[in-house]
Amino acid sequence: MILRKITNAVMFMLTGLCALATISVLFFILGYLVYYGARSLNWAFLTQLPKPAGEAGGGMANAIAGTAKLLLLTALMGVPIGFVAGVYLSEYGRGAFAFAVRYAADLLNGVPSIVIGIFAYALAVVPLGHFSAFAGGVALSIMVIPITIRTTEQFLRAVPQSLREGALALGASKSRTIATVVIPAAMRGILTGTILAVARVAGETAPLLFTAFSNTYWSHGWLEPIASLPVMIFNYAISPYDDWHRQAWAAGLVLLALMLAANIAARMILSPKAGRA
Amino acid sequence: MATRAIATGEIRGADKARSFVRKLRSGDEAAHIATLTCAAAILLTTGLLVFELYKSSALTRHEFGWAFLWQRVWDPVSGDFGALPFLFGTVVTSLVSLAIAVPLGLGAAIFLAELAPPRISDALTFVIELLAAVPSVIYGLLGVFVLVPIMRDTVNPALEKALGFLPLFGGPSYGVGVLTASVVLAVMILPFIVSVSRESLLSVPRDQREAALALGATRWEATWKVVVPYAKLGIIGSVFLALARALGETMAVTMVIGNDPKIASSLLAPGYSIAAVIANEFTEATSDLHLSALIELGLVLFALTVVINGVARLMILGATRRGSAQ
Repeated sequence: MILRKITNAVMFMLTGLCALATISVLFFILGYLVYYGARSLNWAFLTQLPKPAGEAGGGMANAIAGTAKLLLLTALMGVPIGFVAGVYLSEYGRGAFAFAVRYAADLLNGVPSIVIGIFAYALAVVPLGHFSAFAGGVALSIMVIPITIRTTEQFLRAVPQSLREGALALGASKSRTIATVVIPAAMRGILTGTILAVARVAGETAPLLFTAFSNTYWSHGWLEPIASLPVMIFNYAISPYDDWHRQAWAAGLVLLALMLAANIAARMILSPKAGRA
Repeated sequence: MATRAIATGEIRGADKARSFVRKLRSGDEAAHIATLTCAAAILLTTGLLVFELYKSSALTRHEFGWAFLWQRVWDPVSGDFGALPFLFGTVVTSLVSLAIAVPLGLGAAIFLAELAPPRISDALTFVIELLAAVPSVIYGLLGVFVLVPIMRDTVNPALEKALGFLPLFGGPSYGVGVLTASVVLAVMILPFIVSVSRESLLSVPRDQREAALALGATRWEATWKVVVPYAKLGIIGSVFLALARALGETMAVTMVIGNDPKIASSLLAPGYSIAAVIANEFTEATSDLHLSALIELGLVLFALTVVINGVARLMILGATRRGSAQ
């Protein structure tokens, strides 16, 4: 019996250590990024263009703007399609067709991001003949769509059936019911899911490598290659220049801060109580 | 008789058309069609993805056939393309990362589901899920500048000293290599294992636990011999889910695996993975054959992840009785 009690205590202690180890990884990541990133994060980094290779100084203003532009494209192209398709699945979706759409979305969600990059290349780079911000937006949109569908459908389904019936009983048409009763009731959840989805693709590098490519200057319009923070981090981290390494750390810190802010904000929108805990 | 049938058919058709127009005006049918179009677009996109990959890799498929999969040479200059070194690197890094992450993740999940009070468990799970939100390029950044020096100076020499008689841990170590990539991957897939396993452990009915405890089992025995086997399907599902992620992971692996298309017996040696070679060579591919070979690699990777994801989903579906594809 004593042996069994000892086993009990030891094994549970081990599981506690596993949990501790897992959680400490996040703090290691944060610690390293703040330690190395904060030292190189300065005003020039946020406002200047990159300097030529090997020259010290310069910044990543174009990459910060580039990431913002790519995310705007994603929010304009991918998010609406995903949202509307999610509404279809929740409110109209029955039978084999809806099953096929759900299955396709799941499939798309599991496709490695580098393969999405190849697809977006075939879709938007080959026809145009060159890399562009638009192609990058297409790649990120394809990534964001399955996530948006999933969350939209989930939160719409959670709206009680009685709300729909109430609206219909008052004489509202089905589309009116959906637009003025069902969607507003689920808005908070959908908004959270959308923030998280966009935040997730904001950090994607692989699909941008051969769609948006990169750019050492400002990118004008939507049809020029465009720099983005994740691609910059990759290029700078594998370069041989110390100054670029420092800037990669700073860019990593900016990107991670964005990501954490989005995650925590999303959680606070979803449940103000849980956000405080 | 026949004409009458046609006539009623026409009337019915006209009725249908009229009610359709009415609904269209009220916006009902318009909304239905608009949402249907978007849903169909998803279906189309997925179909197009498979078609594009298949079509664009036609050149290598004709040139090498199935031999592409077990050909060991990858030489863009002479036009020889074989997928084996990349398949090998992808599969080995994924399996080694599972070997590291599964015990750790399962342990953490058991702690969170069985031992920690619900509020603390929720908060810790949120922190662990944040790990999944960290972009892979940041894992790569830390891999290059933090993990690679540690592996080169401390871990690899120690492994070689202790286990160097095994070919698995022999040979020179550069810091970058298969083992380093596996460690980074292990950290990246941990959150998936923890959160899905925890969920399946939590969905085990209370009376299972209570029955075991009532029979005199200690809490650990109840957990390990009753609760974990009960949640087995979901846990295995989480492992497959993590495996699919590890197979397709690109940036972090590219940055630390060493990018050398050789099949080495040692885990300390540099390797290469499918995703990494696509990331590195796609924009620099000069010949059509090279590009087509890279796209065929993409197709192989796609097929691999689709199968593994499918298995994972079936298992998780079976375990929790609620999945995405109802």
